[in-house]
Amino acid sequence: MKRLRAWAWRLAGLFSKGRRERELANELNGHLEMHIDDNLRAGMTPEQARREALLKLGGLEQAKEAYRERGTVPFLDNLTQDLRFAARQVAKNPGFSLTAILVLALGLGASLATFALVDAALIKPLPYQDPNRLVSVDESSGMFPRSNLSYLDYLDWKRFNKVFQSLEVYTATGYMFGAPSSPVPVRGTRVSDGFFRTLGIVPILGRDFYAGEDLPGKPNTVILSYGAWQKYFGERKDVIGKTILLSEAPYTVIGVLPREFQFAPRGNAAVWVPLHASGHCESQRSCHNLYGIARLKDGVTIPAALAEMKSIAAQLEKQYPSSNRGQGASVIRLSEAITGDIRLILLMLLGGAGLLLVIATVNVASLLLVRSESRKREMAVRSALGGSKLRLLGQFAIEGAVLAMGGCFAGIFLAYWALQALPRLVPPEMLTTMPFLSDAGFTWRVCAFAAALSILAAALFSITPSLRVSLQAIREGLAEGSRGSAGTTWRRLGANLVVVELAVAVVLLAGAGLLGKSLYRLLNVDLGFQPDHLATLYVDMPATRYAKADKQIALGREVIQRVSNLPGVRSVALTSLLPAYYNSNTDWIRFVGRPYSGKHNEVNQRDVSSGYFATIGANLLRGRFFTDAEDQSKHKVVVINKALAAKYFPGQNPVGQKIGGITLAPDSIKEIIGVVDDIREGSLDSDIWPAVYYPFNQSPDSGFSLVVRTKQSPESMLVTVRAAIRKIDPGLGIAEEATMAQRIHDSPSAYLHRSAAWIVSAFAALALLLSIVGLYGVVAYSAGQRTREIGVRMALGAQRGAVYRLILREAARLAAIGICIGLFGAVFAASLMTRLLFGVRSWDVPTLIGVAIVLGIASVAASYVPARRAASINPIEALRSE
Amino acid sequence: MPDKTDVWQGTLALMVLKTIEAMGPLHGYGIARRIEQTSGNQLSLNYGTLYPSLLKLEQEGSISSEWGVSENNRKAKFYKLTRAGRKQLEKETRNWEQTTAILARFLTGSEGSV
Repeated sequence: MKRLRAWAWRLAGLFSKGRRERELANELNGHLEMHIDDNLRAGMTPEQARREALLKLGGLEQAKEAYRERGTVPFLDNLTQDLRFAARQVAKNPGFSLTAILVLALGLGASLATFALVDAALIKPLPYQDPNRLVSVDESSGMFPRSNLSYLDYLDWKRFNKVFQSLEVYTATGYMFGAPSSPVPVRGTRVSDGFFRTLGIVPILGRDFYAGEDLPGKPNTVILSYGAWQKYFGERKDVIGKTILLSEAPYTVIGVLPREFQFAPRGNAAVWVPLHASGHCESQRSCHNLYGIARLKDGVTIPAALAEMKSIAAQLEKQYPSSNRGQGASVIRLSEAITGDIRLILLMLLGGAGLLLVIATVNVASLLLVRSESRKREMAVRSALGGSKLRLLGQFAIEGAVLAMGGCFAGIFLAYWALQALPRLVPPEMLTTMPFLSDAGFTWRVCAFAAALSILAAALFSITPSLRVSLQAIREGLAEGSRGSAGTTWRRLGANLVVVELAVAVVLLAGAGLLGKSLYRLLNVDLGFQPDHLATLYVDMPATRYAKADKQIALGREVIQRVSNLPGVRSVALTSLLPAYYNSNTDWIRFVGRPYSGKHNEVNQRDVSSGYFATIGANLLRGRFFTDAEDQSKHKVVVINKALAAKYFPGQNPVGQKIGGITLAPDSIKEIIGVVDDIREGSLDSDIWPAVYYPFNQSPDSGFSLVVRTKQSPESMLVTVRAAIRKIDPGLGIAEEATMAQRIHDSPSAYLHRSAAWIVSAFAALALLLSIVGLYGVVAYSAGQRTREIGVRMALGAQRGAVYRLILREAARLAAIGICIGLFGAVFAASLMTRLLFGVRSWDVPTLIGVAIVLGIASVAASYVPARRAASINPIEALRSE
Repeated sequence: MPDKTDVWQGTLALMVLKTIEAMGPLHGYGIARRIEQTSGNQLSLNYGTLYPSLLKLEQEGSISSEWGVSENNRKAKFYKLTRAGRKQLEKETRNWEQTTAILARFLTGSEGSV
């Protein structure tokens, strides 16, 4: 009780310090006067009286100090004092403080923003019910570790498996939405009946598909995405039960999906319709066009599910050897399937950001060290005046913490800003397939990460300068010009920090160099065709009116004819799939007159018009290309690429040979009439696959991509080409209008490599800057320390050149050590990201040498300034100043 | 000059309380002089140490203070005992007597009694 009362009094004392000080002064004054009066009365002289009184009172200041300590809570009192002092220090050196805060903010901001992305993409669970039980279920075959399911396989897998609560499929589709006179293209997804139930998504309006609604012959129904509901129906509730036209066929609206629903693989699908398996593909076991998702039964692990699906696949392989040979199964986490390649690039970015943070903190720490050195004398004086060592250390610690907190707040702000800006930098098309870019934000994990980094930084910046203080006997600092062993100890510590910075900078620079070189290689990869002056778009025919092959062929011919008559058009052609896109849409072929093991010869299949090769600028190696007259009335022909010829006809002339389907059905037999040089059908970074090109007129489809070679800029032609096609039939869907150059530029592989290269380059540039500043700081400081030594040397006759050498040698040593360590680190780091490299090895010697040279030159430049300053020392002044 | 004894740790507060009880309200200088006199000039008291001690007692509520004027017209702070202080004094006195009694028994020697 008594204690409590005393503490309350003391806490209150924190706020009445001034008054209490005055009172004590008055009281002590009165005390002295009374004592002096008494002494005078006892017969002392005035001086004696005063002296005796003062002596008896004991050191006036000590008495006051003891009284003060009793009067308040000394720790808190000191803390507020130190905080005030630290704030004053920070404000007094705005250059130093701003540099430190900015450097830290950059490092921290980059790390936080990247971590937020990693959190959104890799850590945050998918927005479905119990997402850890969701898996992506696919077939696997020789060239694709994960490939589409065929409808018949799916039905068997669904029937036989005992590991999934539910197994559902979806596939991409597109429709022309609205009246036949002015339809708009929309993306759609065909799904099996339990698709949304498996995800745990319930429509906010209307109902879900009922079981069996996906079977062929059931009425057409559609569930709208929230966006489509908003855009086309103004969020009207009476949309349920309405009939809409999708590619001229009526569908009844039965539901609307929640606003927050997202399914990255089909991110922008506006309409979701039941599967209604139909058409040629879905009646054949060998045609794969579906993606599977499933929910695991309780207690079933992914490996167990995989084993079961593999055994079912093996069963089907035995049962249907011609279609299912080599078709295995794949079961992976749905989150993993959705993240895909992004995982790697994000982890790499996190690594880069982490390295940047290391450089930034090391840099600020060494700045603090330099400053604590320059305040050596201040500390010595304070300690001589009675400042306890703990108190001095506390002072440094608080100053470090104030800086760290400033940097952290700025860094958090920076990260927040970056995350806000990010979705605007990414093409909207990409955004829908990478929802995490706009989802990234300050979740509790990110906040915890930020707090941890801030505390770490504060601790580091508090400890570093304290280290400096305790490394030396403080009183040494009072001795004029003392250059004790402590000086070298600190210099060694600072130098080590700089070596770390330089090494990390090498790693980041080398990474940026390798990624940049990869990007260059990628964009300059041999395409096998001329991508300039090509306008492309996709034409979709409403199934109702263009079901027959002759209608499709006729439309193809009409489009080619009309468009080629437009002014500015050199030539026009069509293809089932544009080049530089994906290795997919494959066919299995057999060779007539050769034994067949049953193993699938998988090749890219493209259906192209007669003018296709000439239009895109591909080279004929042998034989001839198609003619327009080669349609279904003639015998079937095929052009193969060089890779196919090399793989299956090594050293032979393939022209005149015949190929066919896996059963060699008579109507599948085609004669090879020509060999074309390899066209890069797949993405820029994927390999060339064997490919077959069939005449569109012999293998038509209800949609095709149009390729137009133009005389002037292809962008300007897109509008007129579109108008010309519209004039033929306004009901045609026209989508994906872009130039070939744009398509390549925006292709996922180019985008991936480009963003990786840019971001790592930005990190590397910052790292270079920071490490050079760090080196400059250390060299400048050490040169400053040696001013007197240099003065003595020069007085004894040392030439300026020798002084230069003296300073530069030290810098060169540090730089060399840092660069060497860094090069090893760089090779190691690059070996972790080989999958992001294209056409470059992780130990690409020119890149490594280049990085070493850049850093070497930068280091020399950074140390030249202090060297020059040292060499221009006036020896007389240098000696006198000490 | 004879050797003087320093004030033992923890006894100063007791002396102060006792002095104020005996003398009535008194200022710091007066208390210091009185303690010296009472000890028969055997104690060497550093007057400065008195003030933190006074502050502590005041914070604990054993004494209270008031500005006033000394006998020869100097401004001074006068300390007087509070009710709590009186109780405190009684308790501490008892404690002290007990302690000294125990110590005395040790020092006079009681070899045979074990």
